[in-house]
Amino acid sequence: MSEDRALHDLTIVEAGARLRAGDTTAVELLEAVLDRAHRTEAQLHAFLTLDRDGAMEAAEAADDALAAGEDRGPLHGIPMALKDNLCTRGVETTAASQILAGYIPPYDATVVTRLRAAGSVIVGKTNLDEFAMGSSTENSAYGPSFNPWDISRVPGGSSGGSAAAVAVGSAFGALGSDTGGSIRQPASLTGIVGLKPTYGTVSRYGLIAFASSLDQIGPLSKSVTDAASILETIWGHDPLDATSYSGEYPELSADLEKGVEGLRIGVVGEFAGEGYEPAVESAIARMLDRLSEAGAAIVEVSLPTVDIALSAYYLVAPAEASANLARFDGIRYGLRVDGATAEELMAKTRAQGFGPEVTRRVLLGTYALSAGYYDAFYGQAQRVRAALRDEFGAAYEQVDVLVSPTSPTVAFRAGDKVDDPLSMYLTDICTNPLNLVGHPGISVPVGLDDQGLPIGFQVMAPALGERVMFRVAAEVERLATFNSRPVLEEVAG
Amino acid sequence: MTSWEPVIGIEVHVELSTRSKMFCGCAVSFGDEPNTNVCPVCLGLPGALPVPNRQAMDWIMAIGLALNCAITERSVFHRKNYFYADLPKNYQISQFDVPVCHDGYLDVVVEGQTRRVGIERAHMEEDTGKSTHVGIGGRIHAAESTLLDFNRSGVPLVEIVSKPDIRSAAESRAYAQELRSLVAELGVSDARLEEGSIRFDANVSIRPQGAVGYGTKVEIKNMNSFRSLERAVAHEIERQAGVLENGGDVILETRHWDEEAGLTHSMRNKEESSDYRYFTEPDLVPMHMDEDWVEEVRSGLPELPAARRARYVEFGLDVGHAGVLSDAPPTIRQLFDVAVGAGAAPKPAANWLTGEVIGWLRRTESDPVTVSLTGSQLAELVAMVDDGTVSSTAAKEVLDGVLGGEGDPRAVATARDLIQISDTSALEAVVDEALAENPEAVANYEGGETKVVGFLVGQVMRATQGKADPKLVNELLTKRLRG
Repeated sequence: MSEDRALHDLTIVEAGARLRAGDTTAVELLEAVLDRAHRTEAQLHAFLTLDRDGAMEAAEAADDALAAGEDRGPLHGIPMALKDNLCTRGVETTAASQILAGYIPPYDATVVTRLRAAGSVIVGKTNLDEFAMGSSTENSAYGPSFNPWDISRVPGGSSGGSAAAVAVGSAFGALGSDTGGSIRQPASLTGIVGLKPTYGTVSRYGLIAFASSLDQIGPLSKSVTDAASILETIWGHDPLDATSYSGEYPELSADLEKGVEGLRIGVVGEFAGEGYEPAVESAIARMLDRLSEAGAAIVEVSLPTVDIALSAYYLVAPAEASANLARFDGIRYGLRVDGATAEELMAKTRAQGFGPEVTRRVLLGTYALSAGYYDAFYGQAQRVRAALRDEFGAAYEQVDVLVSPTSPTVAFRAGDKVDDPLSMYLTDICTNPLNLVGHPGISVPVGLDDQGLPIGFQVMAPALGERVMFRVAAEVERLATFNSRPVLEEVAG
Repeated sequence: MTSWEPVIGIEVHVELSTRSKMFCGCAVSFGDEPNTNVCPVCLGLPGALPVPNRQAMDWIMAIGLALNCAITERSVFHRKNYFYADLPKNYQISQFDVPVCHDGYLDVVVEGQTRRVGIERAHMEEDTGKSTHVGIGGRIHAAESTLLDFNRSGVPLVEIVSKPDIRSAAESRAYAQELRSLVAELGVSDARLEEGSIRFDANVSIRPQGAVGYGTKVEIKNMNSFRSLERAVAHEIERQAGVLENGGDVILETRHWDEEAGLTHSMRNKEESSDYRYFTEPDLVPMHMDEDWVEEVRSGLPELPAARRARYVEFGLDVGHAGVLSDAPPTIRQLFDVAVGAGAAPKPAANWLTGEVIGWLRRTESDPVTVSLTGSQLAELVAMVDDGTVSSTAAKEVLDGVLGGEGDPRAVATARDLIQISDTSALEAVVDEALAENPEAVANYEGGETKVVGFLVGQVMRATQGKADPKLVNELLTKRLRG
């Protein structure tokens, strides 16, 4: 089956099989994705930096190692893309902000170190909303990315570049970061798999922080199995991250073929109704029917607090961001706009270096933490988090996983929401509660609407519940038989 | 005229001398080339994360236990947000409402009286980098440029806040000195004022004697020595009294101590001071200082100055000597314990150490660690004076020789010919000679003028070139004269 398809359309599993069979090489795989990027970047702008030379060197090394009998596992020789908020030694890393224009980190993020150690080939750095703040990748200081299914539409965000690159075949897989849905939502809008692991399971060392208690790195890929391979490579305890989980990690691949027979699947009642596109709701309903036919018990579950989760999220995330982004002051690295005093230099640098959405959130967060407001805002938001955790905990006493749409809508048109922050924020309504509670969630494509735009199905699990989450996700993938790829008119870039 | 009672609280910052910094592996080292002990974490590079230093946590707990504090079972770090060029993240990782240590006290001796100063809290934080303003005057506003050195950035810093229990400038100084010797004793800090590894700020207010409430407090900064702390506090008390007596109001503010001018001037008004927007540091998890951990630290504590002073007093030393000896360098104090253990009388042993030995070290600018005197040699010297082998004057010379590496006291005394003639038969001949040569004196004695004995002793001492034991000579002469 995979024989008929172009190299760049293969999954990691398929490409790895060909590599090991001697039917292709890491260099060929790299050339395939670079060629694909060359033909699509003018329309998509998925990448901020393509590291052709570094990637070629790594691909050659991967081929040499394989020839010498050294196989480093599923990602060996596989071209991968990295969201540009992950630090890469010697390769410009900007978080899509002017304030980091030209910034070259002296070290690799832990996830990058692990990918390299696993033999994978880093193709380049992908576009994002500035500092991962946004849901459409339109907040990039270097220009927006577009959706390969319809280039008049956004790819979602903030990991929109990673999602577009994987969907179109400019990388076999990618890493993104998910603070409120920034992996899952773009995966949903571009018809691929994207997941946010349990908080603390993937080291944040080297991830340019947006909101430390919510940020989590995760994979974007063309299949559930690929996502498991990537996650198994990057997760695990890291002594460089004090919030890193140091206990037992679940087996991800063990139950992929097991099906859902006997599992209890909870449908979150709050994630439906007003604001949800009918096509999305019916795609979810169809999948629930199939899961039921496959032997799962479908249970209606209510999580009333998720209705205020978004408000809590927009206090916690900006509050933490206001401190995390304080270091960008023009003193030690990145953009500097001179001033007569140090204070003026910092103020001017920040005024010029940050885009409007980042400025809005820094101001919002600063306000939320101010004396006299702290308890009413940040303190209250933390209490909502605790209540939410209790509610999810109670739900998981009744069900094995929870499910919902990943996004209430399919990909929206570029420009539609940029001037209306609140409507943009609402696109993450199904995803951000998991960041507040630290639980894992995965988005699996389940179909296209009548305009040919992908719809994603979210599977959620309790903390460290990745095993059952993957088990259900794999079944959803099988039942959906979604194997469409975007048809994009290639234009040499 | 109103009589005023000062109310003073002191904040002390102690830089810990751990091998590595608070949240990264960089070396803690004073005086290195600027920006050589730095890494992504202490430079605040994008993506870097803090990992707490276990040693620093042990040490702040040691400080807390030494200050009789309670140790918080679950301690939390906070971010303290403010923008400053030498603060790389523009927030300091510090502690807010749950410090590691709280509610302790420190006993301080002031003019022979013991005063108990309450400790509000001791919390863990990280130090900032260092700014050097280049250009006219070295002051920030006139500077042409500012150089930044991040070697100090992230060095573990313990802030110790006293309760407002201090009542005078002298007490302020005594408290600061006591705290300094305590952290030096614990071995957790270099505690060098001149290098800034221990720094003091004072909160001063005054109220009419007998009043219950507090006056408006003023924070004073920039005291670089114990003396300047005492002077600054004394000045501030006087200044506030002047303001109030002239019908004015003390303003809530921070004042800068000007050492040269001997006065404070206003730095900033507290009303417009920053809102630090504290919130829990999300990059760190709460620390659990369970009982086992606390006990492990407690069992590793050395003898602390207060306990040591008490022990010395039990040995019979007076409070003053006990204090001086307690503050002496550890190698010197240990000589005392060994000497006493070897049978030396505590008082003379302490006198030799706090007087002659410390004086000699100062005079010769020697490092106490390399001192060649041993405890048993000190015991021997004390015994030699006690049994008359050497005179106390000669003993000083013997000690000089021992400190100079010439050998044991007896060997030095012999080599330098300082042994007293304590042999009665040897002295009797000299005594007889002296009596024969001074018939007038003998006659005077017989005439009731007994103090001529002193003159005769002098004659014997001269004849023996000072080596005779004067006590014995006196005895022999008196015996002969009484015939």
